[in-house]
Amino acid sequence: MQQQVDATGFAMWLFLLTEIMFFGGMFTAYLIYRNWYYPAFVAASHQLNIFWGSLNTLILISSSFTMAMGVWSAQMRKQGALVLCLILTFILGLAFLGIKTIEYKEKFEKHHVPGAHYSLQSFLNPDSDQEAREAHDKPLPLDMARHTEIYFSLYFAMTGMHALHMIIGICILGFMIVRARQGAYTGGHVSFVEYFGLYWHFVDIVWIFLFPLLYLISRHQ
Amino acid sequence: MSEHNVQHDSHAPKDHDDALEGHIVSPIIYLIIFGALLVGTALTIGASYVEMGPWNPIVAIAIAVVKATLVVLFFMHVKYSPKLTKLTVGAGVFTFLILIFMTLSDYISRAWGRW
Repeated sequence: MQQQVDATGFAMWLFLLTEIMFFGGMFTAYLIYRNWYYPAFVAASHQLNIFWGSLNTLILISSSFTMAMGVWSAQMRKQGALVLCLILTFILGLAFLGIKTIEYKEKFEKHHVPGAHYSLQSFLNPDSDQEAREAHDKPLPLDMARHTEIYFSLYFAMTGMHALHMIIGICILGFMIVRARQGAYTGGHVSFVEYFGLYWHFVDIVWIFLFPLLYLISRHQ
Repeated sequence: MSEHNVQHDSHAPKDHDDALEGHIVSPIIYLIIFGALLVGTALTIGASYVEMGPWNPIVAIAIAVVKATLVVLFFMHVKYSPKLTKLTVGAGVFTFLILIFMTLSDYISRAWGRW
């Protein structure tokens, strides 16, 4: 029995390692392109809203805390507390996605979504754009301005994959809330809650790196 | 306090088996880590408003690494996990660093524009 528990935990961690390498590839691409097309990445990152980003960081860290408390409740066999923690985690996860939607909507409205309708307006003529004006952006030459599209491609790829992980997590949370109400995890079998917790914390860690890299580090240049 | 309770969390259920159900981390530790993560977030946002030139990204990544380490050690229980788990996590971090550093060392050592 002990061997089984060790093996499941090991398997869960192996899965998380594949996830590290999956996101790691995108982080590496971001790092290299940022060095390559530095002025474009600086100007493009000024389009992100620090307030929404910070609020989402706060929400996600809180959801990690409620998830950790959920694992504790399951171990202590407190069914009510477990259900409450899972519901709080569920709501915080949805709140994160809600804010992400507000941010994505703004990108669609300003034509900052890579593709046929991508607009260089904010980067060729920063005075026409509120965010660029506030950041005192200088107009970029046309060839550099075109590379802002790479920034937004990586932005949507990374935050999009992160959001997909959140959506999957929220679905599993919904399932777990139903099961927890039936008392499935408070009879001594905490593995499912514990391993889901590992997944949820991993998604939190990805955001802990995404937030400074996408939103914060180019505030000044 | 019985002898059983001395070894484990003092509020753990009577028939709790540490090996099977995982080490019980006290909510106080979770609260402290939660507080530390909030402080880290405030620090990293604050630091982004300070002009540090090339140090801005370094400071931001350093704070993120500390935050991630806290999450891995305490929220993900690695500090209390068997050696196999610790080794697995270590191997993951190591492989990830190979991915980053091998790629970057190739990138910086190329004769860009001179071939």
